[in-house]
Amino acid sequence: MSGNGQMVPMTYREAVREAMREAMRKDERVFLMGEDVGRYGGCFAVSKGLLQEFGPERVRDTPLSESAFVGAGIGAAMNGMRPIVEVMTVNFSLLAGDQILNNAATILHMSGGLFNVPLVIRMATGAGRQVAAQHSHSLEGWFAHIPGIKVITPATLEDARGMLWTALEDPDPVLIFEHASLYNMAGELPASAGPVDIDRARVRRSGADVSIITYGACLFKALEAAETLARDGIEADVVDLRTLRPLDDETFLASVAKTHRAVIVDEGWRSVGISAEVSARIMERAFYELDAPVERICSVEVPMPYARHLEQAALPQAETIVATVQRMVHAHV
Amino acid sequence: MNAAPMNTTVTTPVEREHALHLLHQMLRIRRFEARAAELYGAMKIRGFLHLYDGEEAVAVGVMEALTPDDNIVATYREHGHALARGISAGAIMAEMYGKQEGCARGRGGSMHLFDAATRFYGGNAIVGGCLPLAIGFALADKMRGQERITCCFFGDGAVAEGEFHESMNLAALWRLPVLFLCENNLYAMGTALERHQSVTDLTRKAASYDVPAATVDGQDVLAVEAAARTAVAAVRSGAGPYFLECRTYRFRGHSAFDTELYRTKDEIEQWKQRDPITLFIHLLMDEGLLSETDLAELERKVADEIEAAVAFAEAGTWEPVEDLERFVYSDRRSP
Repeated sequence: MSGNGQMVPMTYREAVREAMREAMRKDERVFLMGEDVGRYGGCFAVSKGLLQEFGPERVRDTPLSESAFVGAGIGAAMNGMRPIVEVMTVNFSLLAGDQILNNAATILHMSGGLFNVPLVIRMATGAGRQVAAQHSHSLEGWFAHIPGIKVITPATLEDARGMLWTALEDPDPVLIFEHASLYNMAGELPASAGPVDIDRARVRRSGADVSIITYGACLFKALEAAETLARDGIEADVVDLRTLRPLDDETFLASVAKTHRAVIVDEGWRSVGISAEVSARIMERAFYELDAPVERICSVEVPMPYARHLEQAALPQAETIVATVQRMVHAHV
Repeated sequence: MNAAPMNTTVTTPVEREHALHLLHQMLRIRRFEARAAELYGAMKIRGFLHLYDGEEAVAVGVMEALTPDDNIVATYREHGHALARGISAGAIMAEMYGKQEGCARGRGGSMHLFDAATRFYGGNAIVGGCLPLAIGFALADKMRGQERITCCFFGDGAVAEGEFHESMNLAALWRLPVLFLCENNLYAMGTALERHQSVTDLTRKAASYDVPAATVDGQDVLAVEAAARTAVAAVRSGAGPYFLECRTYRFRGHSAFDTELYRTKDEIEQWKQRDPITLFIHLLMDEGLLSETDLAELERKVADEIEAAVAFAEAGTWEPVEDLERFVYSDRRSP
């Protein structure tokens, strides 16, 4: 790596791979384990080449045994290692639900603080690729319900590159949700890009008229909507939550205090999800700042359909965000 | 009939000092739990209380074969394992009282005993849920070239769980140093083995993963110890996992709430004829290794220890409610 200012072209996939490569180089306790992470190169090609560099001990192909290999990650973490466990998709993670909820999230507490679980679990989440109702859901909100784990959702290249190391340094289990539609996203990162925090939300675009609060792949729909709205004279503050548990209330509440209007965009279902939680916190702590009711744009409450037109209709879209914001702003001029 | 006790004779010979140690350990567990049951009735202990009554020879025999550096992962019926492993009776009793002097500060209770010094990693109350953890402990040790092995206790009920099969396969595939220690007490809570397994010879499950396996009479502490030593040696040699089935029986109900509609009094009585403690006492007396005076002395030592444990728990303190939200995430201030 050369000068700090030098920019390097990179995809999101490569950013995650670089993060894993750097972690394995820096800390010999770190290893990667999951289905097809080795010879196959990862089902999303994220770990391609790592087997050749680090060998089969540290880039470990597993059988299709989500519960066993996630639980093995927990045990290895408790016994001095720093595993990165890859679960192909969030839907498959339900097969490891026992280990994540009943062990990873509880052991520190059940043991009265004796044993912590410094484990990182990465998984793909989200829809948009026509892979239907068993590969497309956004269940990060479910996991964010659980005390004892941390839930992070890198959306940008910088976060894909930088959040993993910080997660590995965390003494407790961290679940990383990578939206599958982001892996091909290309951009540039400074050659010196490195670890970033995993506990603060970030304002990705500044504006005074409305807060669009979102995370993951919806960030880019929100930013697109913000550009459209700007042509209409409406300036949106776009807040990327980045971390769903613990939520950084202060950042989105400060945004709402500035704009007095909030739209939450979440690819998860509306009922009992992250959007409901963020909305409730705004009601609890910023009610008198609001000039309009909080609005939510979420996935339609159906299992994700295969047909493209139906899938797109089920997902939050930039046009919906634009229309919702326009309605909110103009209703209260 | 699966529910019939194994009719092996108790193994001999044994040295007197070692024999008295084994008996002492079994008596500690039996008397400790009898006292715990009384304290449950007195509402000093609440929640679930799963007693090990009848199965003591298994934990005691197996622990003898392990070293202090090995890892233990156990189930929710783990008072016996914790005592035999060396967690103090006071810390266990205080835990059951919910006091902060308990081995898990009162956060875990009877089903979740933990201890760092003895490498005792719970007390897991999801049947089968401890097996993947054992895989991870063993994997970490193998990757770092550690000598230690991981012993994972589970019951016959766990054999029906996917986590058992996933873990056996993974341990065999990666040749991990895991001792799968199956305490087959013939009932998954209230469902008899032949009502929950299409194949009731559990060693055949291990065979399907090419994991060496053995079955031993779990009422015979010397037989358990000998079988466990063989198993531990195999695992420690680097040959991979080993499956040891200990045939045993729980004399009391599944938990304090069990009305035992699923088994007959005759069956329980038949098994009580093979009480591991009574059998061992008879053997030692027949061999001239134990006198009535020795036994009285052991009982007195055990009674003193338990009274001290109860006193410790009684004198224990409640964790301040202000601390409720501790231990959800690590306190970074601690070293």
